[in-house]
Amino acid sequence: MKLASLLLAGVAFAATTGMAAAEDLKAEVFTSWTTGGELKAADAIKQAFEARGGTWETSSVAGFENANAAFQNRMMAGDPPAAKQVVIGMEQREYIDGGLYMPITKVAEAGHWADVMPKAIYDNVTFDGEVYEVPTGIHGESWMFYSMAAFKKAGIEAAPADWDSFFADMDKLKAAGLTPIAWGGQSWQETKVFNMILLSQVGLDGFRKIYIDRDAAAIKSEGVRKTLEIFGKLRGYIDEGAAGRNWNDATAMVIKGTAGVQFMGDWAKGEFSNAGETAGVDYGCALAPASPGMIYIGDAFAFPNLKGAEAAQDLLAEVVMDPKVQVAFSLAKGSIPVRTDVDTSQFDVCTQQAITLMNDGKIVPEHAITLTLEQTGMLTDFVGDFFSNPEADLDDAMESFAEVFE
Amino acid sequence: MKHRIKRSLMPFGALLPTWLAVVLVYIGAMVWTLRLSFTNSRIFPTDHYVGFAQYEKLLSSSKWMAAAGNLVVFGVLYIAGCLVIGFLLAAALDRQVRFESLFRTIFLYPYAMSFVVTGLIWQWLMNPLLGVQASVQAWGWSGFSFDLLSSRELAIYGVVIAGVWQGAGLVMVMMLAGMRGIDTEQWRAARIDGIPVWRTYVSVVLPQLGPALAAVSTILTMGVIKTYDLVVAITNGGPGTATEVPAKFIMDNLFQRQNLGLATAAAVMLLMSVLIVVAPFRFVSSMRARRKAGVL
Repeated sequence: MKLASLLLAGVAFAATTGMAAAEDLKAEVFTSWTTGGELKAADAIKQAFEARGGTWETSSVAGFENANAAFQNRMMAGDPPAAKQVVIGMEQREYIDGGLYMPITKVAEAGHWADVMPKAIYDNVTFDGEVYEVPTGIHGESWMFYSMAAFKKAGIEAAPADWDSFFADMDKLKAAGLTPIAWGGQSWQETKVFNMILLSQVGLDGFRKIYIDRDAAAIKSEGVRKTLEIFGKLRGYIDEGAAGRNWNDATAMVIKGTAGVQFMGDWAKGEFSNAGETAGVDYGCALAPASPGMIYIGDAFAFPNLKGAEAAQDLLAEVVMDPKVQVAFSLAKGSIPVRTDVDTSQFDVCTQQAITLMNDGKIVPEHAITLTLEQTGMLTDFVGDFFSNPEADLDDAMESFAEVFE
Repeated sequence: MKHRIKRSLMPFGALLPTWLAVVLVYIGAMVWTLRLSFTNSRIFPTDHYVGFAQYEKLLSSSKWMAAAGNLVVFGVLYIAGCLVIGFLLAAALDRQVRFESLFRTIFLYPYAMSFVVTGLIWQWLMNPLLGVQASVQAWGWSGFSFDLLSSRELAIYGVVIAGVWQGAGLVMVMMLAGMRGIDTEQWRAARIDGIPVWRTYVSVVLPQLGPALAAVSTILTMGVIKTYDLVVAITNGGPGTATEVPAKFIMDNLFQRQNLGLATAAAVMLLMSVLIVVAPFRFVSSMRARRKAGVL
């Protein structure tokens, strides 16, 4: 009898401690962040989250695609993490439609996100009237980074403002014995360059019409043809080692001054600063020639439905949007805070310029935000095939481009 | 009587787990895949059947057709290359050379490496700025070119070279084992008759290596069908989509593009093509076996 009651007491005790653990603000955060800057950025969120009583558990898988595949398997197995690092917009659409994510609309309303975030980005994290994602920061990805030393050697004074002077400058670099463009010959990088040229040819509205509205007339417009012409012309200004080159290897060419320019997103700045270079002194940053604005991509957290983790998830969403966390995160990651009301004095010249563009509404979302994953894949295939084939026919290419949106 | 039943039950019992695994895992997965290929499943399996729509989409996809074409080119050249080079290596070692075991180890060594490592090594070797081309040019032959991977037309041959480098060692070992099983009397007879060595290999040795050849061809063929990591490591399907292969197409659609329906349709197509190639062989060899046994 005595033994039985003792056992019972033990069970009861175990049950209460179990419940206490469930109320714990523990969150397993699933990301693909593994490099120095990325970890430092994640740490900014972790510190703030733990200061408010949360327990942060890191699950990182290197490589975006690997992380997504691992996450997909865990979702299928019914064992999701509390939070997942995602790309804002369409990437997570299937999961959201499948009811696998928890909306955080209440947190968003309490924090007045709609008032402090640019509308375009608020729309990217809102699905059918509910907020599902909390953005950690956005990346400007239509930059042209250039080596001051290489430009000096070739006698170029300033970053070219339009494509004609761009090609004139590239000829000068060639004549000086340098590689004009540090080219990363992987389709995803080429697609980013294609988008930069497209924005310069069709403008902000035209870009939105193509990638958001999928407007047939805009997709077949003269601007797209002009884009393909300019894009194809770039083939003559890259070196023979470009095929398959990683973006950071291309950045290294600009850092060493053996190449003139690289078209890449603002994450390339991390490579420059790791090499001890300063923006505006050793290397320059300018938007791609003739750009009326900037293309962006954004990181966010989304929260899979997970019993017992709701409180931790709400707290994490709140912490990520905290003005101080937004600044600390972006300083470490090289991104731009999504809040328009934060102190921007600590950011470098490139980011300052990007923040001004964002506040003026001169930003457009990258295709990955507005297209389905399948369309994104088709676009990448199209761009990669077009660029790698010098004999590609413009009319055929126009048709293939239109097929992406069917 | 009772004893005999018990006895015949025992092997059955021992084989049962394997049979269950085969039926549930292999056949079950196949049926499941076949079912999904007729649905419009995106990331989750659905019950919304769309008939042959995914197959139509697949066959009108230039990327899939390119992948299938690449598989044929790669498969033929890879298997032929491995067999020829493997046989030559085996014949060379068979001549009682010194340090035979050292050479055997060296030639077999690539096979011990994963395809990813092989892919990366050859990516570097074929990089025009780092690899063979740069070295030879630095030695003074400035016109030398070994730049397969930048070209849409040639990149697949770059993949073949890397594959043969890895696979030839396996063929060599199996052929060498077969050659060692051949009666030395035959060699002596050939020498007395004054038959040249190469002729002896082609007309006397090679025909006796049939079983070894069949085994090694099967292994290589299976390797061809599931080629994925080699291509991912060397070219990642590039330039553009010039070196896509079916297995990579399936993986991309399964994960990156979240298109379960299309991915399963592609998997079924791949299985079908394997059956079309393998079935006639199996049929012929089983007929032959029956004839030998005197059934027919």
